[in-house]
Amino acid sequence: MNYNNLIKIALKALSNNKFRGFLTMLGIIIGVASVIAMLAIGQGSKRSIREQISEMGSNMIMIHPGADRFGGVRQSASDMQTLKLEDYNTILHEASYISACSPMVNASGQVVNGANNAPTTLNGVAPAYLDIRKYEVGQGEMFTEADVKKAAKVCVVGQTVVDNLFTNGEDPLGKTIRFGKIPMRIIGVLTPKGYNSMGQDQDDLILAPYTTVQKRVLAITYLHGIFLSAISEEFSDRAIDDLTGILRQTHRIKAGDDDNFSIRSQEELSSMLSSTTNLMTVLLACIAGISLLVGGIGIMNIMYVSVTERTREIGLRMAIGAKGRHILFQFLIEAVIISVTGGLIGVLLGIGAAAVIKYAIGWSVYVQLYSVILSFAVCTLTGIFFGWYPARKASELDPIEAIRYE
Amino acid sequence: MENYIIRVEKLRRDFHVGDETVHALRDVSFSIRQGEFVTIMGTSGSGKSTLLNILGCLDTPTSGDYYLDGVAVRTMGRNDRATLRNRKIGFVFQSYNLLPKTTALENVELPLFYNPAVSAHERQERSIEALKAVGLADRIRHRSNQMSGGQQQRVAIARALVNNPVMILADEATGNLDTRTSFEILTLFQRLHAEGRTIVFVTHNPEISQFSSRNITLRDGRITDDTTNDNIRSAREVLDSLPAEEN
Repeated sequence: MNYNNLIKIALKALSNNKFRGFLTMLGIIIGVASVIAMLAIGQGSKRSIREQISEMGSNMIMIHPGADRFGGVRQSASDMQTLKLEDYNTILHEASYISACSPMVNASGQVVNGANNAPTTLNGVAPAYLDIRKYEVGQGEMFTEADVKKAAKVCVVGQTVVDNLFTNGEDPLGKTIRFGKIPMRIIGVLTPKGYNSMGQDQDDLILAPYTTVQKRVLAITYLHGIFLSAISEEFSDRAIDDLTGILRQTHRIKAGDDDNFSIRSQEELSSMLSSTTNLMTVLLACIAGISLLVGGIGIMNIMYVSVTERTREIGLRMAIGAKGRHILFQFLIEAVIISVTGGLIGVLLGIGAAAVIKYAIGWSVYVQLYSVILSFAVCTLTGIFFGWYPARKASELDPIEAIRYE
Repeated sequence: MENYIIRVEKLRRDFHVGDETVHALRDVSFSIRQGEFVTIMGTSGSGKSTLLNILGCLDTPTSGDYYLDGVAVRTMGRNDRATLRNRKIGFVFQSYNLLPKTTALENVELPLFYNPAVSAHERQERSIEALKAVGLADRIRHRSNQMSGGQQQRVAIARALVNNPVMILADEATGNLDTRTSFEILTLFQRLHAEGRTIVFVTHNPEISQFSSRNITLRDGRITDDTTNDNIRSAREVLDSLPAEEN
C-alpha cells in the first residue's frame, strides 16, 4: 500500500471536517504553546537571576566569623570575634585560587553633611574590594593602600548617599561629611549599580579604609568578614577548601571540631536560587504538560466519535479492498496530522506569547530550542498514543456489520 | 474446461447464537459461468445475505468450498480476502454507500487507492472511463449530496466497475429507488451483461428475476430452484412503456 495514498485519504477526511479538526487541534495548540511559554518564563527568570548574581561577582567568596552552630546553640555571627586581621594577612600570603582579597568591617549609622543626613552603612575595606564586588569609581578615585596604612579619613560614596546628602546637586568630590563623629573627605563616587535581585540598594553605602573604620569609628581589632574573589567561578570550590584548611590551621582547630568561621560562595547562593526557579519551572511545565495531556485526550475522544460516525465508510473501504492496517494507518495518520499541525501552530503561538510577555510585561523570557523540540516530540507522540486506540478499534471492525451500520 | 467464475460446493455456514446453532446455509452447491446474469432470490431468513457475504469474500463458510475465478477462498486470511475483493469483485449496495462530501470521481477512484499497482494518473483516467460508462460524464465533479438516488447508484456501479472485476455483486441494488429509476439501473445492468460482465444480483424482489439470465431461489438455507431464463425481459422496453415523468 502506498502511504502517499493513505495520507491523501486522511487529509481528505480531515478537510471534510475542518472545524472539528480545528477544535481538536486547539487542545494541542494550547498545550504546546503553554509548555513553551512556561518553560521560557522559567528559563528567563533563571537567567536573569544568574545575570544579577554575576553582576555582584559570581566568583565572590565570603568568610564570616563563627560557625552556624556552636555547641548546639546558634550564635549571632557578628558577636563573635574569631576573625582577625592576621587571618586576612595569612590568606593574602598563602591562599591559592584567589585573585583578590579584602577585609570587611562595617558600621551602620547616620551620615551628615550640613543640614542633610541619612542612615547608611559604612564599609571598611581594602582597595581590592572594588574588584571583588564589581564596583567602579565613576568620579574621583579609590583610596590607596597608603590611605589604609595611615587610616586616612577619606571615603568613596555610593550614588544614593550623594543624592541624600547633596540635594542641591553640588559636586561631592572634596567635600567632608561626618559619619557619627568622624569627618571624612569624599575622594570618589561609585558608578551606580541599582537594586540587586534581593531588592537591596547597592548604591547606599560608603567605602572607607578598613583601618579607619576599625580604629576611628568602631575601635575594634577583629574583622566582620573577609571578601575574596576566586580566580574564576569554577575554582570557587577548590578555593573554599583551601581557605578552610588555612583558617583551621591558624585558628588551631583540632580534627573533628567544628569550624569557628563559615565560608560561603556566590556559587552556593546562585545554585540555591536556581533550585528555587528550577522547582518553579518544573511546576509550570507540569501544569502545561497536563494541558497537553488533556489535548491528547481530546484527540482520542474525537477520533473515537469519528470512528463510530464513519463506521459505514470503514465497512465500505474494507469491502472494496482495504486491509485492517490500511484503516489503522488512515486513522492514525489523521490523529498525527491533527497533533503535528496543532504542535506547529502551538510552537509558533508559544514563541509569540513569550515575545509578548517579554515586550509587554517586561519579564525576562528565554525560549530554549530543547523546550520547542521536547514539546513538539511530546505532542506527536500524544497523537500516536491517543490515536492508536480508536484507529485500532476501526481496523478491527467486521466489514459485514460495519457496512450495514445505521 | 468450462470457465466458471464462481464454483460453490456443499457450502455450509453455521452461526452460534447462545447455546443454539443456526444453520444459515446447508449444503449449497452451484456454479456461475462467465457472462451470466444471475439473480439470487429469497425471503429474509432464507440465507441469501449469508451467501452474499461468502460470495463477496467478506465471510468464510463453516465447511464446503468456494472458488472465485479459480481461487480457493475458504482457507484465505483476512488480508488476502481484502486483496481478492479489491481485484476481483465490484460491490453495489442497496444504500449506495458513497462517501459524503466527496465528488463522484473521488468515490469511483476509491478501490484503486488500495491497489498500489495503479498510478495516480491511471486511477483518474480509469475512473473517468467508468463514470462515462454509466452515463455520468457530466457529473464527474459533483458531490454525492448533490446527486439524485439514481445518480448515486450509478456512481456506485462505476465504482464497482473501475477495478475491472470478474464479477459484479449487487445487494438489493434497486431497493432504495423508485420504479422508474429502478428500471434505469436494471437497464444499465442488462447493458453491462450484454457487454459480457458476470453479474450476481441478490434480491428479495421476484420481479427482477425476469430481467436476468438465470435465477437461483434460496429457502431455509437450501437451493429450492435454479432455472435458466430463456425469455429475458428488456428493462429498456419497460422503461419506455412507463408514463413519462410529469416534470
